[in-house]
Amino acid sequence: MDLRPIATPPSDSERALVDALLGAPGAERTVGVREARGLRHLLLPGLHALQDRFGWVSPGALGYLCERLHVPPAEAFGVATFYALFSLSEQPPVALHVCDDLACQAAGAETVLAGIQRELGATGAAARGCVVQRSPCLGQCERAPVALLTVAGTAPRTRGLVALDARTGLAALERRDAPLPPRTVLPQSGRDGGRYPLRLLARVGRADPTSLDDYQAQGGYAALRLALERGPAHVLREVSDSGLVGRGGAAFPTGRKWQAVAAAPAQPHYLVCNADESEPGTFKDRVLMEEDPFAVVEAMTIAGVTIGAELGFLYVRGEYPLAHERLAGALAAARARGYLGDDVLGKGARFEIELRRGAGAYICGEETALFASIEGFRGEPRSKPPFPVEVGLFGRPTVVNNVETLVNVLPILTEGVARYKALGTAGSPGTRLFCVSGKVAHPGLYELPFGVKLSALLELAGAKDVRAVLLGGAAGTFLAPHELELALTFEDTKKAGATLGSGVVLVLDGSVALEPMLLRIARFFRDESCGQCVPCRVGTVRQEELVQRLTRKTCHGTPADERVLLGDLGQVMRDASICGLGQTASSALESAVAKLGVWAESAR
Amino acid sequence: MNRKPIEPATKERGTPATERTSERIVERIVELSVDGQKVSVPEGATILDACKALAIDTPTLCWAENLTPVNVCRVCVVELEGARTLVPSCSRKCEPGMVVKTDSPRVRTSRKLVLELLSSSVDLSTTPCLDKWHAHYGADPARFGPAAAPAHAGEREHAHPGHHDTPDGAHAARVAQPPKLDNELFVRDYAKCVLCYKCVEACGTDAQNTFAIAIAGRGFEARVATELDLPLTDSACVFCGNCIGVCPTGALVFKREFDLRAAGEWDEARQTLTTTVCPYCGVGCALTLHVQANQIVKVTSPLDSSVTEGHLCIKGRFGWQYAGEKTKRSEG
Repeated sequence: MDLRPIATPPSDSERALVDALLGAPGAERTVGVREARGLRHLLLPGLHALQDRFGWVSPGALGYLCERLHVPPAEAFGVATFYALFSLSEQPPVALHVCDDLACQAAGAETVLAGIQRELGATGAAARGCVVQRSPCLGQCERAPVALLTVAGTAPRTRGLVALDARTGLAALERRDAPLPPRTVLPQSGRDGGRYPLRLLARVGRADPTSLDDYQAQGGYAALRLALERGPAHVLREVSDSGLVGRGGAAFPTGRKWQAVAAAPAQPHYLVCNADESEPGTFKDRVLMEEDPFAVVEAMTIAGVTIGAELGFLYVRGEYPLAHERLAGALAAARARGYLGDDVLGKGARFEIELRRGAGAYICGEETALFASIEGFRGEPRSKPPFPVEVGLFGRPTVVNNVETLVNVLPILTEGVARYKALGTAGSPGTRLFCVSGKVAHPGLYELPFGVKLSALLELAGAKDVRAVLLGGAAGTFLAPHELELALTFEDTKKAGATLGSGVVLVLDGSVALEPMLLRIARFFRDESCGQCVPCRVGTVRQEELVQRLTRKTCHGTPADERVLLGDLGQVMRDASICGLGQTASSALESAVAKLGVWAESAR
Repeated sequence: MNRKPIEPATKERGTPATERTSERIVERIVELSVDGQKVSVPEGATILDACKALAIDTPTLCWAENLTPVNVCRVCVVELEGARTLVPSCSRKCEPGMVVKTDSPRVRTSRKLVLELLSSSVDLSTTPCLDKWHAHYGADPARFGPAAAPAHAGEREHAHPGHHDTPDGAHAARVAQPPKLDNELFVRDYAKCVLCYKCVEACGTDAQNTFAIAIAGRGFEARVATELDLPLTDSACVFCGNCIGVCPTGALVFKREFDLRAAGEWDEARQTLTTTVCPYCGVGCALTLHVQANQIVKVTSPLDSSVTEGHLCIKGRFGWQYAGEKTKRSEG
């Protein structure tokens, strides 16, 4: 294909930046067009580099990137305009993304935002070379309210701001920097009387996340050694027998995925670690990656070697700068010490991990959208079948696992299946991470064996006068106060018409108005729909309009009509959307109507 | 960072392109049940193929026989026993023993809602067969409330992904906007665009391999665009018009059709269709001339033409103005 380039030339510095990322120009001309097209997976890293350096992607820079990667400019434009963290128009170099999502809203994000905007004045932000924006959940819910500071330039910075107030937000804008957030403290430690031993979080807060030696001293890499000694067949059997199921939300048996890919005749095989944690209220994977990054790398290595993959992709949410930094450090250390590379631990296995950054798109947490994003396409999901184990990343057999799922493999191997299954229930063996936030005395990440009652978790977290619990995130369901005796297992939540989802437990008491929460959920799905299929693209718009009418008590027709409409919208999105985003976009809202009696006067 | 090329296994991202049944060596026959009737289809056929074999009328918008199915409009969904959600009949391959329902309450609700969602947000006044399906499924797009005001030119292009102005719910948001008139050959009236991806496919690997347009933006603000929203004349567009040929809603139209419609003179009842061969080169593309009042008003190519498969180049598609203009000039 002959591509017509963008007429605007790049500036010298844009050209130099792209060349620094891709190598000197010319090399790709020696390969055929087919191979040149294979460079497309570098599109997202290229856009990141430009955004980081200049604060936006100029026409000239986009054009040069397209020329180097042999990507049609219209398609690259389509990709760049898909992600919230890229700008195609000139922007101030400093941006403060203030989270106004559920946990932050409950913690007063609106007040903070108003305070910052009042101080900056109507035009003050631009004059100071900065911009203040709202952001969906930033995955720091236990330290709400929070924000993300992005500073473009020759030394670009992305910083998470926690326990935000107007003063710290303004100071960060002024200094164009912010201190690192304090290290994660597990609220469970010392408060549960040792009832719930930590398995996945054992090293969190105890080991230095930047030290491979420390990791090894605390049991790290024992599982990989074991896996290499015993071989893939053993690992496959152990993972299957453990009953481990995916922790990202869909709860698919991990062993079955691994076996399918290990046995797939098509080559090469790929491993993808889904670390694009974006479900509102979820922060478990962030804590694992920030505090125990070597565990993620080790678990990926075991998975990769077991399924016969030589390359794994670790796709981290763009809004997780510290996790990205820690993982990059862990990968470099592992490489230097022979835990990754052409001959892992001298046992003849070859495995390498590519670290990739998301760019602000919830939908990229959907597995097929994630593949598209890595491949350099718009993060649009596709219909299944074919499933990723047959047609996955780059069209090859692929295992895609969530961070928490992968980390479970370590104790399965080191402790053995019997001990692993000693915790939890028959239907849900092992432990589960719960992201507790909202109106509780001790928010944070908890690890409990499956089967513990929700009420016990709430007591541990110091919840009082619970009015509602959002279980499983924005794609989950609300529970009413009389449902808190629910046992936290896959089977019990399913029976109750709820879902554990990504482990979100967002607690609301009487001090939090419910309706703004529901409006935020409706807005979230409308903002994050990829726009591909009609039920979700238009359905989330109609749903937000409807929720606005219900809240404002300005019904079209009778309240009964609106109730029918809410149900119909829910049904078409659930039944006819391509992916899980649309299929769950009405779940929390419908449960709020059914269980919490919201809009009772307008909708009933 | 790995700077090496990684070659994808399929010609395009996503579902491997469906090979057309007629061109494949058929090895196996698959038997399934649709609405209680047994049907046998060649392996690789879709549920839509099976429906056609049984003469079950199925609405489609984003499907076309000369393009890879993208299954985005979801108006063709059917109920498949054992599946959690409905499945798109246009792309789902038949498997032995499948039990499919095309007229269950779930299917009827979803098809009705999809029609309502589309009709309330897009101008479907030039979409064929729409009234029939609206009546069939009892679609009532008005229940989402009165339509919102149209966007100004360029407004939708400036939306930033992940951000939108909070609505008050009084009006139903639409994609309404002024048509894009940036060349003499065809008009892009995106107020009528259902985002079926067909034009993008035809411009890309399914026909033309020009890649002048792609989907840009996200969510409700997703749109078909050239790079940087440039006018077509400054883009990679080669004016083959294959996008017009596949557009299901009349969002992409010949300038002449657009002008005649604007003047209220477009009248398909008065048009004759004549299939002939393009005079320009030796390929021998089949052309269908749409003639109204002794003037060519539009040119298409038959989908079943083995030469074109419905696609043409700029000469065949647009190089006919002389046929009408000549008389005009000699008169003037």
